[in-house]
Amino acid sequence: MSELVMNENEKQNGEAADDRQPSEMHRRQRGKNIAVAVVLFGMVVLFYVVAIVKIGGG
Amino acid sequence: MSDTAYRMTAQTGGVASSVGAGDFFALLKPRVMSLVVFTGFVGLWIAPGDLHPVLAAVAVLCIAVGSGAAGAINMWFDRDIDAVMRRTKNRPIPAGKVAPGEALGFGIFLSVASVSMMALMVNWAAGTLLAAAILFYVFVYTIWLKRRTPQNIVIGGAAGAFPPMIGWAAVTGSVSIESMALFALIFFWTPPHFWALSLYRCGDYQDAGVPMLPVVAGKEATRRQMLFYTLLLIPVSLAPFWLGIAGWVYGGAALLLSLGFLGHAIAVMRDHGDRPAKRMFGFSLIYLAALFALLIVDRAPGVLG
Repeated sequence: MSELVMNENEKQNGEAADDRQPSEMHRRQRGKNIAVAVVLFGMVVLFYVVAIVKIGGG
Repeated sequence: MSDTAYRMTAQTGGVASSVGAGDFFALLKPRVMSLVVFTGFVGLWIAPGDLHPVLAAVAVLCIAVGSGAAGAINMWFDRDIDAVMRRTKNRPIPAGKVAPGEALGFGIFLSVASVSMMALMVNWAAGTLLAAAILFYVFVYTIWLKRRTPQNIVIGGAAGAFPPMIGWAAVTGSVSIESMALFALIFFWTPPHFWALSLYRCGDYQDAGVPMLPVVAGKEATRRQMLFYTLLLIPVSLAPFWLGIAGWVYGGAALLLSLGFLGHAIAVMRDHGDRPAKRMFGFSLIYLAALFALLIVDRAPGVLG
């Protein structure tokens, strides 16, 4: 198991030296950031709607 | 690369910083989640009473997120055996995409968030049941039973049987004999469903040291127990009809489907190849999905109030 992770890690480190790798990493990080933003915004909308429903005595 | 360097990268989050959102989504076991959401929704839909559509949507969301959270914690704990088994070695942690600690934190955060939201926005009964389901899956099934007893999935199956009960409680605020019947349906369906899979994947479980029934007690004993549970499913699947939450269409179809399932169990007893077991596994998914779909289609008019 640790060997498997290490191999994966080695691969990543090796690729990190490559010039193309940072852009790939940033692209994935960007994807994650957008996902978190969407979830946060969705939560704001959800809490607002639920608050309205609860106040309305639904 | 040295081991120290590996540890450093793992600790500073070097592994996780390149992770995409999709890897975290995979931690939620989306395929398990789909069945959980569906059965939870059915419990909510057929329960007597009114629930505002927005709150019903919140309840389904909480069931989905809670199920995913339990899946993430399960993947954190089982990362050693997942790495050995063919079916699971590409999961985010053994594949090296998500650091174990991140998966655990992710799972705990989502568990607390989903249970809190369910308790505060829907009702405390549904929140308590959701918490019970998550705790049962993590502590009773994953940590305690899975590696110790070949009956692991029989008792562990209870965790997967909670969703319709949670959905029902979201509407009624309580547990009733009807929702327990839905619980029982999934509970008795799980062993033959999972053992059918383990019959043709038992080499995997053996390698991982998981005491699956075919590994420990032999395939013949497994086939007998599968037959036993499919026989039990005949009266259990008819319970919603006797209890009056479903009508004749459901009752008739449930009987036919259960007899079909029994037919598969008998085929598995007779032919010891992999094919009947694979077919039975495939049928088991259709069986449960069809029964729960029929509960919606043929909801007895008596409970509409």
